[in-house]
Amino acid sequence: MRLVISHSTTYTYSTPVRHGLQELRLRPVSGPCQSVLAWDTEIVGATHQLLFDDEYGNRVELIRLTAGATETVVTARGEVETEDVGGVISSHSGHAPIWLFQRSTPRTAAGTGIRELCRDLAEADDEVTLLHGLSAAIGERVDYVPGQSDVETTAEDALVAGAGVCQDHAHVFIAAARHLGYPARYVSGYLLLGSSEQQDASHAWAEVWLEGLGWVGFDVSNGISPDGRYVRIATGLDYRAAAPIKGLRYGSGEEALHVELEVRAEWESGQQQQRSR
Amino acid sequence: MDVRPGHFDEMHGSGTTVRAPYVDYQDWFADEDPRRLLKKSADAEALFRRTGITFNVYGGAEADERLIPFDIVPRILAASEWAVLERGMEQRVRAINAFLHDIYHRQEILRAGRIPTSVISDNEAFLPQMIGMTPPGGVYTHIVGTDIVRTGENEFYVLEDNARTPSGVSYMLENRETMLQMFPELFTKSRVRPVSEYPTDLRTSLGACAPAASGNRPTIAVLTPGIHNSAYFEHAFLADQMSVELVEGHDLSVEDGRIVMRTTRGSEPIDVLYRRVDDDFLDPLIFRSDSQLGIAGVMDVYRAGGITIANAPGTGIADDKAIYSYVPDIIDFYTGEKPLLNNVPTWRCAEPDSLAYVLDHLAELVVKEVHGSGGYGMLVGPAASKREMASFTKKLKANPSKYIAQPTLALSTVPILTRAGLAPRHVDLRPFALVSPDRIRITPGGLTRVALKRNSLVVNSSQGGGTKDTWVMET
Amino acid sequence: MLGRTAGGLYWMFRQLERSENTARLIEAGMRIALTRSSDVEKEWESVVATAGQRAAYLERHERYEPTTVIDFLLRDRSNPSSVRSVIDQARANAREVRTALTREVWEATNNTWLTVSDALARPVLQRELPTVLGLIRQESAIVRGSLHGTMLRNEPYSFARIGTFVERADNTARILDVKYYVLLPSASLVGSSLDNVQWETILRSVSAQRSYRWRSAGDASARGIAEFLILDRQMPRSLIFCAKKIDNNLGHLAETHNARHDAHKQSDALHSRLAARDIDSIFDEGLHQFLQNFIASTYELGQAIETDYQFTA
Repeated sequence: MRLVISHSTTYTYSTPVRHGLQELRLRPVSGPCQSVLAWDTEIVGATHQLLFDDEYGNRVELIRLTAGATETVVTARGEVETEDVGGVISSHSGHAPIWLFQRSTPRTAAGTGIRELCRDLAEADDEVTLLHGLSAAIGERVDYVPGQSDVETTAEDALVAGAGVCQDHAHVFIAAARHLGYPARYVSGYLLLGSSEQQDASHAWAEVWLEGLGWVGFDVSNGISPDGRYVRIATGLDYRAAAPIKGLRYGSGEEALHVELEVRAEWESGQQQQRSR
Repeated sequence: MDVRPGHFDEMHGSGTTVRAPYVDYQDWFADEDPRRLLKKSADAEALFRRTGITFNVYGGAEADERLIPFDIVPRILAASEWAVLERGMEQRVRAINAFLHDIYHRQEILRAGRIPTSVISDNEAFLPQMIGMTPPGGVYTHIVGTDIVRTGENEFYVLEDNARTPSGVSYMLENRETMLQMFPELFTKSRVRPVSEYPTDLRTSLGACAPAASGNRPTIAVLTPGIHNSAYFEHAFLADQMSVELVEGHDLSVEDGRIVMRTTRGSEPIDVLYRRVDDDFLDPLIFRSDSQLGIAGVMDVYRAGGITIANAPGTGIADDKAIYSYVPDIIDFYTGEKPLLNNVPTWRCAEPDSLAYVLDHLAELVVKEVHGSGGYGMLVGPAASKREMASFTKKLKANPSKYIAQPTLALSTVPILTRAGLAPRHVDLRPFALVSPDRIRITPGGLTRVALKRNSLVVNSSQGGGTKDTWVMET
Repeated sequence: MLGRTAGGLYWMFRQLERSENTARLIEAGMRIALTRSSDVEKEWESVVATAGQRAAYLERHERYEPTTVIDFLLRDRSNPSSVRSVIDQARANAREVRTALTREVWEATNNTWLTVSDALARPVLQRELPTVLGLIRQESAIVRGSLHGTMLRNEPYSFARIGTFVERADNTARILDVKYYVLLPSASLVGSSLDNVQWETILRSVSAQRSYRWRSAGDASARGIAEFLILDRQMPRSLIFCAKKIDNNLGHLAETHNARHDAHKQSDALHSRLAARDIDSIFDEGLHQFLQNFIASTYELGQAIETDYQFTA
């Protein structure tokens, strides 16, 4: 499936910026389930500094906010050809050892709630079924409610609150999977929705390493494993490691964030919309 | 002088005869008036105070600067003794660099089962941000200070490989400077190998590790946490001796993909940053976000190949006490050689058998915290009270993997000058190795730390230790 | 060199200069207090005012008792301009810019700090005061001497000198301004002996009572003293002398960097404003007005130097 994406993030500052940096993890890389056909980022109110690969193999761009700017706009756009691999990526690439993904982070530490969730999990014949069960259980316990949580919310807090967004779903799933002994990672990416091309945030899900199978994806928010409608951008131990934009700003004042995201499928002429692969 | 029974004295051996490396010194000393020497000793202290060779005490008032006591009797090593140490250190340093490259890439040593994965995976000193990162020139530990002790004529043990940011080299240099000023006649009589090349060597060695894109004369800077840091004197001293800028985090920023310093003419890029700031504080964007001491973005510039950081972040995984006991395996794995310098036998309390042994033999052992430093948080069995032992037993049982234990070594002594004449005191030795892509340079000598209290084994300056000039003889 | 290092040198030498100037003010204050029995408190008040610390002083004390004032100016660590405070700061700055100093300058500064801290560790008894004040002036002079004798005439030297003369210009202008009324032509018409004492205090505050006598051939007048301290090109603490030195050193920097900044424009203006004047025109403008303008311009120039040479981020 060919997906066309345009993702723009605008930060507005109440007082002019003195100094600041932002790391952008907004460049998908070609891999087993996707090839990037074209991609570009455009920045306003900041200057490009570097492009490098981080420890998880993510392409990272560092930008420096322009002194005196009151707004920065980061726009990523491009086309990605995806393939439905049933949510399974069989090989592990890069030097990050698999055991690293068993490390818990402040956002994914298992508290009482997550330990209970794991204990109450229905038994299953195989690991994939067990983890789908986990995904379903989290989906039931944590309602999809935007605005109830933020980027600092921990897995345990989201579970106790019973509300969150895809990021919280992924965190709870990762925390539980690690508690069960599975290496797990956070994936940030895009998703083609059926309802509308316009979205107000990018997507996130989780992957678990299963010996003999590979990295298996679980999208708790949608209760499925990723398919051809998903584009992977970055992975990491949690949101902090894989966030699309992570920054640091010196100077006083508040900042406001506005995201515009459009994901649509590009159909070759003559193709019918139903004919998805 | 009476030697301490059961301990090797480096001047007198185990008896009254003077050992060969000290014969010339003894001849000179015999003709000296001890009162003149004590006066000289006081002069040296006044000199240090006046020149501001001080260290700040952690937790003390801002103005609490102390001198590290200096003893005027040199610690002397024969050329043949030094040769052993030099070769042994070089081997260790080489192996440690190979280990660091491996551990942040394919981790062959774990795959081969030579080190249990848990030793690395449970270790805070393993820095994920270094995964897949090869520093310019392939060098991780640009400067290593290896702590060595001696127990007999031919017995040396490595206590610790300081592979993060070893300090103390300024004392090696200043102590020699002081000796040359006070006793020039000694150096005409004895042929002592100079240490004064160190700053030039450091500069050359760091320059050789600059990113490939830097020019012929790479710009080097020393990064200090500032004047309140305990080792500030050393930071300023080294910058001065190398003729490079001494910078603080707020002098630096990211510009055009480089780390630049703010100068009176504008921004100037830096190629090599010899940092004396800990990993945690190095980059608020990546590590502790509350750090005022680092530079936001420096790790990104580093990963992109735009700067050399010396030593590389994450080198702590090589000198961690939990790794220490595996260094002989590390040497064997990467060099195929037998270790030239001994490791102190070490019980890893994480292993149940070892723990049982340690608990049974607490009174004979030194127990150390795996992540502690500076001689804090350790139990010296033979010197401990019943109560201290009981409290440590509890700690060990509660958290065995936090501890290792080693036998108490019969550390050698070297005489110091006291009001009552020469008296034996325990010493250790920290020589410094400089690593560049093409060679390893080890300055002949090092920092000799000496426990000033009688029979004390604690040489740390933070706990009342002093220093001596260290002589390596030409022949 | 680093902007922070330039700033450290500039401030280090401002602080050393200030320690010396404060010592002189106290000396002059003591002298006048000895000579005159009435209005002693008023004299000490003007000493505090000249040091620019009247508000800070009144926060802590109600009356201008000599021992209180002297302790406040010499030892009070809560007074950032006390001799003890500025010597502490000067030494901290010297440590920070250690790599830009010669060993001699560093050791002299460190020694100043050791000696002065020791001398000021306890309240200074009146009978020890002359010795202690002499010591402070002497220590500052030793640092200055080692600067002259051992430093290359390059960037660090220029910033050290600029700091010295910005501080000194400000100090001389304040001394004049606090006492400007005794220098007014109308005041000198009275010709009373009281004013002679005041004049002498002013001269003493800048260690110039003897040099002025030589200069004026014994003919003291308010006009002559004002001219001497404002426009005399040979008097090393006069306003024009300081302005010229600042201008020269900024000129060296412009040459080295091949770049002129806002500070250069301001400095040129400040210097030529003085060079074009005679003392009568200053009295016509109003001495107080003139001095206030000068103090404000010097302050602005200091700010411009800090910005142009990037002392801080």
